[in-house]
Amino acid sequence: ATVRAEMLSVYPAKTKKKREKQLLTNDPGTPPEIAANTRTIPGIITQRGCTYAGCRGVVIGPIHDILHITHGPIGCSYYSWATRRNLARVKPGQPVNYLQYSMTTDMMEEEIIFGGEKKLAAAIREAYRIFKPKAIAVYATCPVGLIGDDIHSVCRKAKEELGINIFGFSCEGYKGVSQSAGHHIANNGVFKHMVGLLDEPDKAKFRINVLGEYNIGGDAWEIDQLLQKCGIHVTATLSGDISYEQICKCHTSDLNVVMCHRSINYMAEMMETKFGIPWVKVNFIGAEQTAKSLRKIAKFFGDKQLIDRTEEVIAQEMAALRPVIEDVKSRLKGKTAAMFVGGSRAHHYQHLFKDVGMLTVAAGYEFAHRDDYEGRVVLPTIKIDADSRNIEEIEVEADPKRYNPRKTPEQIEALKAGGFSFKDYDGMMVEMKKHVLVIDDISHHEMEKLIETYKPDIIGSGIKDKFVIEKFGVPCKQLHSYDYGGPYAAFTGAANFYKEIDRMIGSKVWKMVTPPWKKSTQE
Amino acid sequence: MLDGTTAEIVERKALRINAAKTCQPIGAMYAALGIHGCMPHSHGSQGCCSYHRSHLTRHFKEPVMATTSSFTEGASVFGGLANLTQALRNIFSIYNPEIVAVHTTCLSEVIGDDIPTMIRKAKEEGSIPEGKMVIHANTPSFVGSHVYGFSNMVMGMVNYLSEKTGNTLNQINVIPGFVEPADMREIKRLAKEMGVKIVMFPDTSNVLDGPLTGQYKMYPEGGATMAQIKSAGDSIATIALGHFASHVPAATLEQKCNVPASFLELPIGVQATDRFVSALRGYAGVDIPASVELERGRLIDLMSDLHQYFHGKRVAISGDPDHVIALTRFLLELEMKPVYCITGSPGNQFEKRMHELLDPVVPNAKIKQCGDNFELHQWMKNEPVDLLISNTYGKYIARVENVPFVRFGFPILDRAAHRFYPTLGYMGAVNLINQMLNAFLDKKDRECAEEWFELVQ
Repeated sequence: ATVRAEMLSVYPAKTKKKREKQLLTNDPGTPPEIAANTRTIPGIITQRGCTYAGCRGVVIGPIHDILHITHGPIGCSYYSWATRRNLARVKPGQPVNYLQYSMTTDMMEEEIIFGGEKKLAAAIREAYRIFKPKAIAVYATCPVGLIGDDIHSVCRKAKEELGINIFGFSCEGYKGVSQSAGHHIANNGVFKHMVGLLDEPDKAKFRINVLGEYNIGGDAWEIDQLLQKCGIHVTATLSGDISYEQICKCHTSDLNVVMCHRSINYMAEMMETKFGIPWVKVNFIGAEQTAKSLRKIAKFFGDKQLIDRTEEVIAQEMAALRPVIEDVKSRLKGKTAAMFVGGSRAHHYQHLFKDVGMLTVAAGYEFAHRDDYEGRVVLPTIKIDADSRNIEEIEVEADPKRYNPRKTPEQIEALKAGGFSFKDYDGMMVEMKKHVLVIDDISHHEMEKLIETYKPDIIGSGIKDKFVIEKFGVPCKQLHSYDYGGPYAAFTGAANFYKEIDRMIGSKVWKMVTPPWKKSTQE
Repeated sequence: MLDGTTAEIVERKALRINAAKTCQPIGAMYAALGIHGCMPHSHGSQGCCSYHRSHLTRHFKEPVMATTSSFTEGASVFGGLANLTQALRNIFSIYNPEIVAVHTTCLSEVIGDDIPTMIRKAKEEGSIPEGKMVIHANTPSFVGSHVYGFSNMVMGMVNYLSEKTGNTLNQINVIPGFVEPADMREIKRLAKEMGVKIVMFPDTSNVLDGPLTGQYKMYPEGGATMAQIKSAGDSIATIALGHFASHVPAATLEQKCNVPASFLELPIGVQATDRFVSALRGYAGVDIPASVELERGRLIDLMSDLHQYFHGKRVAISGDPDHVIALTRFLLELEMKPVYCITGSPGNQFEKRMHELLDPVVPNAKIKQCGDNFELHQWMKNEPVDLLISNTYGKYIARVENVPFVRFGFPILDRAAHRFYPTLGYMGAVNLINQMLNAFLDKKDRECAEEWFELVQ
């Protein structure tokens, strides 16, 4: 509590008043209400990015066989060019991975003054002539909304002219307060323009979609392999290593499992309403969590063989993993971590640290909402403020032909009676210890104070913080890019992570920071 | 890899693919980090600031600090005055810089925010403490490129800070251009070696190449001080390195404070470094010391030793205009053939100068401003080269075409130690030769028939 007071003490009154609500000491029994998804305080040094990043960079960017054209000046497309590690493998019959390209209308002063619609239309035509893609997605950036370019009508016309699917996203950077608005806009667009276009289900049994998994460092491949071993088929992973076709037919699957709740819960809800596909929250980060998630999926299908096979796989994987855990734990038990990551991992990764006996002393998100902190129970009480009010909510209804509830009401009741829960996200706070700090949209100043006070053994954060933290002599694991390593998902990924953390905390370099002539005693 | 790139060239007038430039504000942010005690501030929505900080961090593997006005939709419609004022109040209270250097983004430029008025208002209502400074530069992303952003912020420094007191100081200004901290360090070293006092701004050495000591310093040791930039108005002369990055600010300083400017190209290679050293010598009235002549002689020795490996080699270059011009000149000194030379930045001076350099020796060279790496790759598919020199984005082309590759310029995102090695000056040329030779011979050693695999080269 004193840390909290100290963190807040330097702020001007108005800033303090706001930060007080975003910086809490936890109570897992009754999570206190946190102010989240509110506007960023100017000048505070936030980690946050923008709506364009959330839409183009995160949710849709990973679709690797459609073209992504950024309508704007050069920067936005440039910075979102291959910097997020949503890996993709080209599929047979699809010889091109477009993620190696960055495409933009490169708006100039002329387009700002006279409008950029003509240039956008020409750019789409040129892109089509060169690449002949299946579909083209167009993204708006800050100036587009202000000068009034109607990207949607340009896309509609181009679609008629070229005969392929072309659609736009109004994800101007100033919308909402963070990347989060971009997720929402992306979900709406993907749902409107792609999901449901292809009505042919995969032939496999036990079909699921993994929603909100972006294949950073190969995570989705790891999850996919594991599910395959159990006999579960993934129709589509939204949107790590996903093809256009997979998105178009993902509504034919029977269960949606949600990894990143923040970025994709909209899609999960809309698919349930329109097509009758139920969704559950899972987590493939951490050994225990992975096992739990597998059991949950098997239980949903309720097939004896599947359940047995899943238990076998878990037993095998855990047997292989246990010696690694024990070895790493012998060195890391009792060590501490803090984590400040996007809208999901600050929670998920606590499990990996817990597996090896480490404690999370503080955590927070850049852009999560209250439900990600406090659980979905608070959803009815969340008020949408003025800054996010203009983010479109689309009305979805049951599809007259294709709505097909995957379970009968009796089956659902039976599952629930057996302890199964749908749409079940309890948030981060209930799983964190009492009195630890929960910080939303952490500022640089708060990060510095945190390091001084807690001296955590490791901090999980992003590229902008990494070298700040390491200048203090504290290792920082990037939990966005994985420091170019990974995968960290599922059992094999967990082993990678434990070893990585062990390496980082145990590195000799930290002991060499102080030159010998500055040490009081010789070592 | 890059399987969508075909040798056949379809004309493009609207679609930019794999750009060889980025937008203005990142250049301005970099320039502002070259002022001691400075907090760069991005007046726009926060995505830009995060992208620019991330990108600079990925290049330098160092902390990059900057604040943002964090525009919301409301501010985007009604103007960002309240955001900037609130930001300044927070920045000075929480982070206490000596100076805040504000740049803009496409957002605040389109809505037409009047930054000087906003700064004045903030000053009047006490959001800027006594003795603290706020400067600005307009850096619209839809004009020019990151190099223009750098130039504009340096001009902001001159406009707000440089003063002529009438008391001429025995010092020479150097505007180093959009170059690495290691290059700035090399320029200072050369000047010191020659016994010439220089004022260099911006100066990111000891800011973006700092040590790990266990103590984080938000405002590192380095950076040109405000007093130094102020005193630039009293210097004997200004040497501006690079047409695109430095000439306009030097000209502005000439106009404002009557400090004569000498406009040079980046000192990459023998003759360009000779010119730089000679300019310092001329203005300061000193002799070139033996130590500098020795460095030069070592470079010439190396060039003669390795001449066989470079002569006649076809090279493709992609980069910032000042860098491509200067590098081309050096490659010609090595008797290499720069056959494809592009920059993403607009500006006729690039093509004009490149034709001057190349027409007499490589008459069929393809030279293009506002070019991009997609087209460069297409040229390479049509007629291959022996070497590709570009920033990190070239690695995709180098892999798929199996071309030796040297990373040069900004950004280099996939290697780290580049931050300690200059490419400017005689020693920088040695570094470039070393890298090019390694690239050539590594490929030969990897691919040649076993009977041609040789111990001595």
